[in-house]
Amino acid sequence: MTLQEPTPDGRFGEFGGRFVPETLIPAVLELEEAFREAWADPTFRGELDALLADYAGRPSPMTECHNLSEELGCRLLLKREDLNHTGSHKINNVLGQALLAQRMGKTRLLAETGAGQHGVASATAAALLGMECCVYMGEVDVRRQELNVFRMRLLGAEVRTAMSGSRTLKDAVNEAMRDWVATVTESHYCLGSVMGPHPYPWMVRTFHEVLGREAREQSEALLGGPPDVVVACVGGGSNAIGIFSGFADAATDLVGVEPAGGAAVGRGVPGVVHGMDSYLMQDEFGQVLEAESISAGLDYPGVGPEHSHLAAIGRARYEAVTDDEVVEAFQMLSRAEGIIPALEPAHALAWVSRERASLAGKAVVVNLSGRGDKDVAQMMEILV
Amino acid sequence: MTAAAGAEGIVVDPTRVIGPVEAALRARRDGGGKCLVVYVTGGLGADWLETARAVAAAGADVIEIGVPFSDPVMDGPTIQAANDVALDGGATPLGILDALREGDVGVPLAVMTYYNIAYRMGLERFAESLMAAGVSGCILPDLPLEEAGPWLDVAAVAGVEPILLAAPTAPEERLPRICERSRGFVYGVGLLGVTGVRSELAASAVEIATRLKQVTDLPVLVGVGIGTPEQAVEASWYGDGVVVGSAIVQRMVDRAGPEGVAELVAEFRVALDA
Ligand SMILES: Cc1ncc(COP(=O)(O)O)c(C=O)c1O
Repeated sequence: MTLQEPTPDGRFGEFGGRFVPETLIPAVLELEEAFREAWADPTFRGELDALLADYAGRPSPMTECHNLSEELGCRLLLKREDLNHTGSHKINNVLGQALLAQRMGKTRLLAETGAGQHGVASATAAALLGMECCVYMGEVDVRRQELNVFRMRLLGAEVRTAMSGSRTLKDAVNEAMRDWVATVTESHYCLGSVMGPHPYPWMVRTFHEVLGREAREQSEALLGGPPDVVVACVGGGSNAIGIFSGFADAATDLVGVEPAGGAAVGRGVPGVVHGMDSYLMQDEFGQVLEAESISAGLDYPGVGPEHSHLAAIGRARYEAVTDDEVVEAFQMLSRAEGIIPALEPAHALAWVSRERASLAGKAVVVNLSGRGDKDVAQMMEILV
Repeated sequence: MTAAAGAEGIVVDPTRVIGPVEAALRARRDGGGKCLVVYVTGGLGADWLETARAVAAAGADVIEIGVPFSDPVMDGPTIQAANDVALDGGATPLGILDALREGDVGVPLAVMTYYNIAYRMGLERFAESLMAAGVSGCILPDLPLEEAGPWLDVAAVAGVEPILLAAPTAPEERLPRICERSRGFVYGVGLLGVTGVRSELAASAVEIATRLKQVTDLPVLVGVGIGTPEQAVEASWYGDGVVVGSAIVQRMVDRAGPEGVAELVAEFRVALDA
């Protein structure tokens, strides 16, 4: 199979939809139409491709990890999204949405952020295109990702602290949606993952398919074909769906790795929040539970609807790792390969490390979705 | 009871069943008055039910009971804070409905909550629980027309009045479709934004009320951003009445007690009756 376009009502199987207040319905319908039209327009595609190449530095390389492969007993390759401008895969989606917003006549980009990577990417695109930018970030994350808060401000964005609920990514999304309800005429909500109401899960995936396409070609060149396993961390699921998209039609195992404290697919039941019907960590009454993870970017109780669908049909599987395993993996890659990963993709590496016996002899591609600079201060507190 | 003849040019389905919320609002309107719907956060403090009764006695035609949800994206700081206090105090959807079943409030009731509360409980069970508790109306602000189908079908079978919202951003063709499926009343969203008190009535409140009155015979109420009796009166010139939320809930959060809350409701009633 290849990944499908959702149904006209925005469903991947049973999941997805557009569960937003009436006020926002015209905006999500308009966005869908504008995206379809732009994506079919060679001028738009050309502009985006040029930015991805000359500004963001695409294509990102694929690196074979010789040292770690020997240690783990599999053939480990990394898709190097950490080498993109702004340090993660998030820039692929943001450049696409910012260009689209500009084309739609919007003057203000609105974003939520957890680890700050999507916020930094949004602030960057806004600076480049001369747009206003406002980023919501939970108070807990503002504290643990201080450096990214400063980077966003340096780039000219306004960072607003979300003080409600768990004060992490979930609450930043709530605040961004409240802002959008009030400013929908001039603002485009630049959502940072494959979540939210239709068309976001599909549109954001489409903007990340570039990394999957590259990874497929690079696998052909380096391995002579697709790998046995592709592994990616899953918060909302954008880096994972990006790389999965390149291998969905191959006989490759697709593995998404969630934090044990935020395992929406692993521990969730279908629910509706943030505009989508998808697996959600919630209590018996439907109150959303607070996720708990060392990684601000994965600290989210929900997951994008297409992942729920891929899990339900068995095309991808979803595993969980603990914070301790992640801290181990963070150090393992740094020492063995001279690459400091972000805490988010360290989840994918942690799973590979734990599963080394069952992966023995296999070719494994991990999406290294971001670099670890942003996490160094937090890790210093834990390790030193 | 079935629907009476509509205003000129508005087609009214004579077979449509009218529920308690709509009947109360129509009675107020037919008597030449303006409707007042008041929001009370369920489970907020030990005296929330007593507050609801006092609000009814002070002149509310219908009471909207807020069932707290962890992620209320259509609500501003006041109702969010009230939600959090209620949830921390152990409020649950079934607990609130149980309390309502035990104690007669005196006017028709609607709940306002978010779709996941209903979805998690199961739509049929949710609808039956409302009816068993004597709650006939239901407002789900994150369930737009595109997604409302399954719930509207279940509500119709159970006899629940699903009250739909109409936003200032809605294009012309959307409003009649919303009104056609709404029961009880149609909730005109008064401004671009979330619930909360504003210093002035937004121009969009007047606009949405006027636009809705042109396409429906249902009671047209304006809510979101109605914080003072003056704003309520102004909005009611164009529609059939108002929904007042945050201003009331603020009093509950400030622990004004049932009398303190009722006092404010009486001010709205007196202003609307003048
Ligand atoms: C480097 C990195 N990877 C992954 C994620 C998680 O997002 P997603 O699951 O959408 O890829 C984040 C989010 O902040 C991130 O910064």
